[in-house]
Formats: sequence, structure tokens, C-alpha cells
Amino acid sequence: MKTGTLKTEARRRIFQIIAALGFNLDFLSLLKGNISQVKTKGLCVPALNCYSCPAAVGACPVGALQNSLNTLRYNLGAGQKKLGLYVIGSLGLMGIIGGRLPCGWLCPFGLLQELVYKVPVPKVKLPAFLTNLRYLVLAVMVLLLPLLVVDTSGLGLPWFCKWVCPAGTLEAGIVLSILNPAIRAQLGFLFAWKLSLLILFLVWMAVSMRPFCRTVCPLGTILGFFNRVSAFRMNVDLDRCIVCNACQKVCPVNIRIYEDPDSSQCIRCLKCEPVCPTSCISHGFSLTEKKEDEPVKIQP
Amino acid sequence: MKKRKYLFFTFLFISVAFIVLGLLSGEFRVVWQKAVTVCLECIGIG
Repeated sequence: MKTGTLKTEARRRIFQIIAALGFNLDFLSLLKGNISQVKTKGLCVPALNCYSCPAAVGACPVGALQNSLNTLRYNLGAGQKKLGLYVIGSLGLMGIIGGRLPCGWLCPFGLLQELVYKVPVPKVKLPAFLTNLRYLVLAVMVLLLPLLVVDTSGLGLPWFCKWVCPAGTLEAGIVLSILNPAIRAQLGFLFAWKLSLLILFLVWMAVSMRPFCRTVCPLGTILGFFNRVSAFRMNVDLDRCIVCNACQKVCPVNIRIYEDPDSSQCIRCLKCEPVCPTSCISHGFSLTEKKEDEPVKIQP
Repeated sequence: MKKRKYLFFTFLFISVAFIVLGLLSGEFRVVWQKAVTVCLECIGIG
């Protein structure tokens, strides 16, 4: 392994650990078994980090988005102009700056997946077609169901948080049920379902790299739409690329960066850069197109 | 091509405008209120 690889990876790991701690900084609330009440919880963090984690000091943008949508009809009915613009704008700002950069460098759930993948068990490649499931999850569980399925007062549910999100089960459900006897007493079928799903994902994380990010994560899917226009971008000098696929071998999402540097799956972890034998992959903040970035199909 | 540059500034403008409009209509407090209340759905109760 090249020195550059170790350097980038070490730097990225430090970023991930600092972000995981930084997004969950209220250890006092954690000790008390209550959730943090700090004012910063009105800010959306650029990561899938459940705001019901007792130590969380920011809001999960996916949870906040669903809550904006599932109260939209109620708010409109009550004549309140709360349309969820703040959350949508926050997501847009995250995306336009870095695209999926936070997935690779900041997300605590991404860090967990990378650590679990280190468990020495036989590895299985994730079937490519499963990566399209994330669009369905985003459209149905995050956007349509919270918006359309409402009670008589016009209030709906955060369907993704309720039925899918393993980050919520891990960071909030398990932690609060251990710390808070009142919550523990109310656990039932839903918790059992969510716990089973978390265990399933943990097993999957051990055998496949970042399966949740690649097949389910609505935040990664939203930020991925911005990979083509974000200020942070990957560049590939195709004149120097020898199509050796060394980049794909280390890529956590198994893409060929030379085919499309702006791929919506790319989490900008930069693992591909130092392993490239011709150093044709680079990154940076740039808004101008470069000739070498034109996507091409090369038969390996 | 300047397409990326135009798209970047368009999305940046829209995002900032949405944030400002949201803040003006009190949405920061709405997000905060939800975030400081235990989300029963998230933890698997409600």
C-alpha cells in the first residue's frame, strides 16, 4: 500500500471520528438518559445522525424533511406558511458544496459500515441492480408516504424513520431503551422489527462494503443528485488513464471513476486517488469543466 | 462549458433563498422542537 493511501485514509478516519463525536457532543444528556435540548438542534447536520440519540446536538436532515412533509397539509389547513423550505434549502446547500462528500468523510453511519466491514468474514459483491432501490426508498418512504398518508387532522408519519432507519434504532432506540426504564417498558413489535432490520444490516455490512449507503440511504441519494453540479468534484485525466481498474478495486461503492467522475454513487472518499498508478485522478473545488472530464465508456 | 457554473450558482441561490425564507417563517424552531422531543417512531415505539 502506498504511503499516500495510508495518509488519506488516516486523515479521513480522523474526520469521521471527529464528526461522529461532534454531532453527538452532549454527553451529559447521554448520562442522564434524556435527549439533548441544545439550541443547535435546529440545524440540520450533513449526515444520517438520529436527533433522538441522547447526545445528538443537530437535526437529522432526513427526519426533518419527513416531518416537514408530514405536517405540510396540517400547516396549510391551519394557514401556517411552514413549507419545509428551511430543510430543503439546507439539503441543497450541503449538496451544492460537496455532493456526497459528507457520506465519505462525515457520516457516523458510514464510519460504522466501514468498521464492520473489517470483520474477517468472506466478502460478497453487492449486485448492481440493488443500488437503484435507494431511489424507491427516497420517493416512497421519505417523500410520498409522509406527504400523502395523513390522519383526519392532516398529520402524517415519518415512514422511513419508523419502519426502516437502522441509524435511529442504533443511536436512539437501543441507547434510550437501556438508559430510560419508561421507554424500555413500551417496546413492542415495532422495536423488534427495527432491531431485526438493524441486525440484518450489520451482517450485510460485514460481507459487503457500505450496503446501506448504496441501496437505501435517502440522504446519500439526495446528495448524489448534486454530484454533477457541486463545487467539490473529482477529475480524471483520461489521456493518462490506462484502465487498470485499480480505482475500482479499492472503491467502497465499486464504481469505475474514469467512466463518470460525477457518478451519483461516488462518496468522494478519495480512496482511488493514491492507488492510481498514473496519478490521473484528482479532486478539488472547481466550477469549470475540463476537457479530460468528459465521461467515456472504455472496455476494460 | 459554463453549464456547471450556472447550475451551481442557480442551486446555491435557490438553497440560500429557501433557508432564508424558512428561517423567516419560523422553521428553525419547528425543526428544533421536533429534534428535542423523543421521536417515538425513530426509536421504535410509536
